Amino acid sequence: MFEAVAFYLFAFLTIAMFFITVTTSQALYALTALAAGMIFISAFFFILGADFLGAVQIVVYSGAVMALYAFGMMFFDTTRDVKEKHGNKLIVSGLSILVAVLVVVIIAAPIVSTNMSASYPMTEGVGNTQEVGMVLFTKYLVPFEVAAVMLLVAMIAGIVLAGKKMDLSLTLMSDDDVRQVKEEENKKVLS
Amino acid sequence: METAYLIETVIKIVAVLLIFSALAGLGTYFERKVLAFMQRRLGPMNVGPYGLLQIAADGIKLFTKEDIIPTGVVARIFKIAPVITAATAFMAAAAIPFLPSFTLFGYTVNPIISDINIGILYILGIMGVGLYGPLLGGMASANKYSLISAARGAAVFISYEVITGLSILAPIMMVGSLSLVDFNNYQAGGIGDWIIWSQPVAFVLFWIAAFAETGRTPFHLVANDHEIIDGFGTEYSGMRWGLFFIGEYANMFFISFIIPLIFLGGFGDGSFLGALAFLGKVAFFFFFFLWTRAAWPDVRPDQLMWLCWKVLMPIAVINVVITGFVMMF
Repeated sequence: MFEAVAFYLFAFLTIAMFFITVTTSQALYALTALAAGMIFISAFFFILGADFLGAVQIVVYSGAVMALYAFGMMFFDTTRDVKEKHGNKLIVSGLSILVAVLVVVIIAAPIVSTNMSASYPMTEGVGNTQEVGMVLFTKYLVPFEVAAVMLLVAMIAGIVLAGKKMDLSLTLMSDDDVRQVKEEENKKVLS
Repeated sequence: METAYLIETVIKIVAVLLIFSALAGLGTYFERKVLAFMQRRLGPMNVGPYGLLQIAADGIKLFTKEDIIPTGVVARIFKIAPVITAATAFMAAAAIPFLPSFTLFGYTVNPIISDINIGILYILGIMGVGLYGPLLGGMASANKYSLISAARGAAVFISYEVITGLSILAPIMMVGSLSLVDFNNYQAGGIGDWIIWSQPVAFVLFWIAAFAETGRTPFHLVANDHEIIDGFGTEYSGMRWGLFFIGEYANMFFISFIIPLIFLGGFGDGSFLGALAFLGKVAFFFFFFLWTRAAWPDVRPDQLMWLCWKVLMPIAVINVVITGFVMMF
């Protein structure tokens, strides 16, 4: 009974939050509703007994949305409404409904045809975390490693792009040196 | 059985809420007294014996003060931000074993609300979510200093969260479980079994990160002293500001529970003496929070980021790698 109550509660909350995210024109509402929705999704993992994935959902998405807030802070005055361009509403809503129906069909098809079996069934007496680890480091080892390499590439690219003059610290330099750096930059702009 | 479990859980939740809300009030009193003695002052003295009733006076003031929502703020977010800080602080307490299990009138009580098998991950995640409070509060109030404070908060969050995760990874590898009860049982053999002896580096790193996590003084960057005003809390008044306060102090208490549980043996074998020793360790770590506030200045945000990314993170990674090699061979 509790599971049903919890499921419907969090289903309603999640949908309401993402609805706000999409429809509001206030950047702060959108970001906050997005964060709340992401955290409410973790409830489904907890209801299903996948504690580890639930906690990871909270950790990963709270951090990711935090980065979005940082961008929001840089690009908008978050206390004002954002003026949005509204295109053809019929096309937008039609496409989104189509995609939603499609996703439901894709997920529901194996359930309806009862053609579903666990290719990696649960091992008795083994914790959630260990279970995820076993699958991750046997069956999905290659995708896991590829993802790791991709993240490494992205990190190095980010450092190279952002890291020009990273070893220069204006606070540690003497005033003359700071002036010299400024003049050099001015020369570059003028030339 | 189902009903009994439900009633027990509700009672535990209410008990944790009441005890730690009251402790948050007491914490402010202790903080002011400890700071005062370290700085050769008297601290609160006028209200009640040794100023003890100062807590009640503060409480009455906070509850009865007018709740002002300034014009120009994003009202809903502004109102909900303090609730996030306080609520997440108490949510994190759900997976902390506060005392060893004891028998009361023939009924065994486990003083942990829910022993989920990913306890430490859940606690750190929820505590991370708690930083949304200052961030949203700062961004929603139409005040430039609040906004700067929120930006600093986000930068600090992104820096220290990495250290917390990596430093805790090495002890997790040794114990092989994420449940705090398992951590405690792993070290139940006595002082020789404490994880601090095999993971001193992780202990120090986690302790440093705990200061950033609770936003206490060496890393108290969300409310920068140089600006004289109170950072993200500038526009808040009355109980909304009080909720930020309760959240901060509850977080300090919970972190003080977690550090001894992970590194210093927790409540040991579960005897009465072990429980007392556990509370003593918790009190020491809480006292240490106050001590640093009296003794150290704040660091600059760029210094904190330099410390986190260029010093602590490599040390944490090396620690994890060495632990892995030692465990393998």
